[in-house]
Amino acid sequence: MGMGRLPGLSRSRFGFVVRALARQGPYATREAPTTNQSRHLPGLSNVLRRASGLVILLVLWIGLAFLSPRFLTPTNLLTVALQISILAIVAIGQTFTILTAGIDLSVGSIGALAGSIAAGLVVRHGVPALPAMATALLLGMALGGISGLLIVRGNMPPFVATLAMLAVGRGLTLVYTEGYPIAGLPADFTNWGTASLGPIPVPVIVLLVVLAAAHFALRHTRFGLHVYAVGGGEETTRLAGVSTNRVKLVVYAISGFTAALGGVLLTARLWSAQPNAQLGFELDAIAAPVLGGTSLFGGVGSVAGTLIGALIMGTLGNGLNLLEVPSYYQQVVKGLVFILAVAIDLVTKRKR
Amino acid sequence: MTDTLLLSMEHISKRFPGVQALDDVSFEVVPGEVHALVGENGAGKSTLMKILTGALPRDSGGVRWLGAPVEIDTPGQALALGISMIHQELALIPVLDVGQNIFLGREPARGRLGLVDWDGLYLAAEAQLARVGLEVDARTRVEELSIAQRQMVEIAKALSFESRLIVMDEPTSSLTEREVETLFALIRSLKAQGVSVVFISHRLEEVFQVADRVTVLRDGRHIATAPLGELSVPAVVRMMVGREVAQVSAGAPILDGQVVLEVRGLSRGRTVRDVSLKLHQGEILGMFGLVGSGRTDLARALFGVDPIERGEVWIDGRRARIDSPRRAIAQGLGFVPEDRKAQGLFLNMAVGQNVTIAALGDLARLDFIDFARMRRLAQEYVERLDIRTPGLGQRVRNLSGGNQQKTVIARWLTLHPKVLILDEPTRGIDVGAKAEIHALMRALAREGVAVLMISSELPEIMAVSDRIVVMREGRVVGELSRAEASQDRIMFYATGGADGHGAAARPQ
Repeated sequence: MGMGRLPGLSRSRFGFVVRALARQGPYATREAPTTNQSRHLPGLSNVLRRASGLVILLVLWIGLAFLSPRFLTPTNLLTVALQISILAIVAIGQTFTILTAGIDLSVGSIGALAGSIAAGLVVRHGVPALPAMATALLLGMALGGISGLLIVRGNMPPFVATLAMLAVGRGLTLVYTEGYPIAGLPADFTNWGTASLGPIPVPVIVLLVVLAAAHFALRHTRFGLHVYAVGGGEETTRLAGVSTNRVKLVVYAISGFTAALGGVLLTARLWSAQPNAQLGFELDAIAAPVLGGTSLFGGVGSVAGTLIGALIMGTLGNGLNLLEVPSYYQQVVKGLVFILAVAIDLVTKRKR
Repeated sequence: MTDTLLLSMEHISKRFPGVQALDDVSFEVVPGEVHALVGENGAGKSTLMKILTGALPRDSGGVRWLGAPVEIDTPGQALALGISMIHQELALIPVLDVGQNIFLGREPARGRLGLVDWDGLYLAAEAQLARVGLEVDARTRVEELSIAQRQMVEIAKALSFESRLIVMDEPTSSLTEREVETLFALIRSLKAQGVSVVFISHRLEEVFQVADRVTVLRDGRHIATAPLGELSVPAVVRMMVGREVAQVSAGAPILDGQVVLEVRGLSRGRTVRDVSLKLHQGEILGMFGLVGSGRTDLARALFGVDPIERGEVWIDGRRARIDSPRRAIAQGLGFVPEDRKAQGLFLNMAVGQNVTIAALGDLARLDFIDFARMRRLAQEYVERLDIRTPGLGQRVRNLSGGNQQKTVIARWLTLHPKVLILDEPTRGIDVGAKAEIHALMRALAREGVAVLMISSELPEIMAVSDRIVVMREGRVVGELSRAEASQDRIMFYATGGADGHGAAARPQ
């Protein structure tokens, strides 16, 4: 009987069972049978899925309004909006990959690299701000596309391909910056992160444009429908004559683009590119869509939900700051909130 | 003659490593005909249909469509010609709605941006739904539909391709009797519209009900093609198996066998309500009921898969606490689930591994497996149950349905269970292997195992059971001895007697 090669694993009962589980496929153990009970409650899971994010957000806001008098002031709310805008932009791109039952772990690295390249082109090579930023965005899109190619042509799980891209992106950032921040950006660069149109900060406006474009693409184009279809049943979609490879390639390019956009806006806001910017950012960028009701199993979700998810993550950070919780603890809270979001996803998945 | 043929497949051969799947098989369909394709599993039905629908290349032979030679290399080409296939595992996307599923990949678009014309899409979808007589909103998500409704959607999708030939693979296997009637009415109306249907089924009664002609395959060879009017069910069975199928004789049931398993007032949710029953050593207790009657839910609760909410389970006269399958196994229970591929087998692991994996505790010392003993154990059970496999190392995926089911049963036998629960043990298994499984259950009972067999097939229930219980709406509503049992009485209990549609009773 064809046993594996690792002596420990192949001879032990433990190893035997591990292989048995592994061969059932990644999601096999999570497929719960439909019970009659759930058939009596159609839509409840959808209600729960859609409402849970909103409920969490309202609870947070009400709680914080009581705990801190400064929370519900216009200035603070605008601060929250500004703080979440970059996260929301990146998470909207991430939503596309998750809708296809994929994932993009490389968003933080791609953001840092794009921010550094944009800043470097301006500071080191005297390129005007706009072309420099555009180049950085195209680079992000290309790197996302390479992840997509690895997934589509190389048949790699998205987790693996984008984990590799995470390392490559961060490494290239360190190589390019030699580990030092790139500062000295002109105003026509930093304005993208710091200026306001009336009372509304520019990043928030960028977010609204991205949100509208993403919503339109998902709800009104054939491409958008095919994104949901790939996540809901890839093989069926392929047999229906849809190029699922193209769909997957494009969603990773989109995620790379929004990741780069987030990185460039952050560089503008901080007046400098930081080689360690957005370290660990993938957790926030994945948690936001999931909190907003996008299923990690694919096929279900919306970018409007992602905005709510990003607001939850941002409010949480803002609130913890207002309450003077040390930032080390904030990481712990974020991790716990992510677990909660995934738990909700699993429960509603079981209901369907 | 040739100019009236819709399809003719001529002298098709296909070889897989180690097996001649099709050997010079010819098959034809005329317009507006329902042509049944029958044969045991492994006879070559699905290989032939895969070649027809472009999912597999053929080694030799030719295909003519409307008299002209055609090459069908991809499912897309088959669709373009007008050939659709409706698979047993329905190929719809649950999270999309009905209209989106029907027109997936062919969405009507407006403008240059590829914007979906939603109004046009749903309007067109409703027209297709009307053709199959399905009254659901085209904006309903598929996951909210019943299996029968999903099948209708698949047929509507096939029709939207202007298909002239629809291949249906075991379309009735998960439908109720009434849903089968609806499907047959639809098939007849397709016929009237000039659409031809290839109907693949193990249920010969249904073949005789709905089909005009039948083609029988056996071991990859064409045995016969004939109008059904000239045939009888036993005659077709003979052609399929190439021998007479022995009816299982019930052994003299050990009626005074000890009570091994007793269930008292067991309830779980809405699906299992206040169920009490006794299971004796050495008997086969048949359990019958309609869809949603709670049979599978009862089995799952007994085996600790779903928690019991109220009630008691007694094993060998002692109160047993069963809150997990692990615990159930420790108490001497075994459960052969309905969906053997997903819940019963490790498809990509070897036969030997599948047989022995539950007994590893006895085969290992300090968690290190004694592989020589493991092989001996596997060999013993493969021989005892006559599992037909080239070797212990063969992947279970490559076995026939009957031999897969025997593999699951063999795994339980290595644990010497006192009680074996089998949920639809012969679903999707061909006639010959079915008889072997029945004989196996009888042999186990004779050895003193208490067997609880859940089945949706009345003839099976009648032929195999020593005693029969009938469930309806989560309750046990009737119990019959072998002598008392008749199809009518079982149906009377299963349908609540008041329904007036006794025939509406063939569940799942």
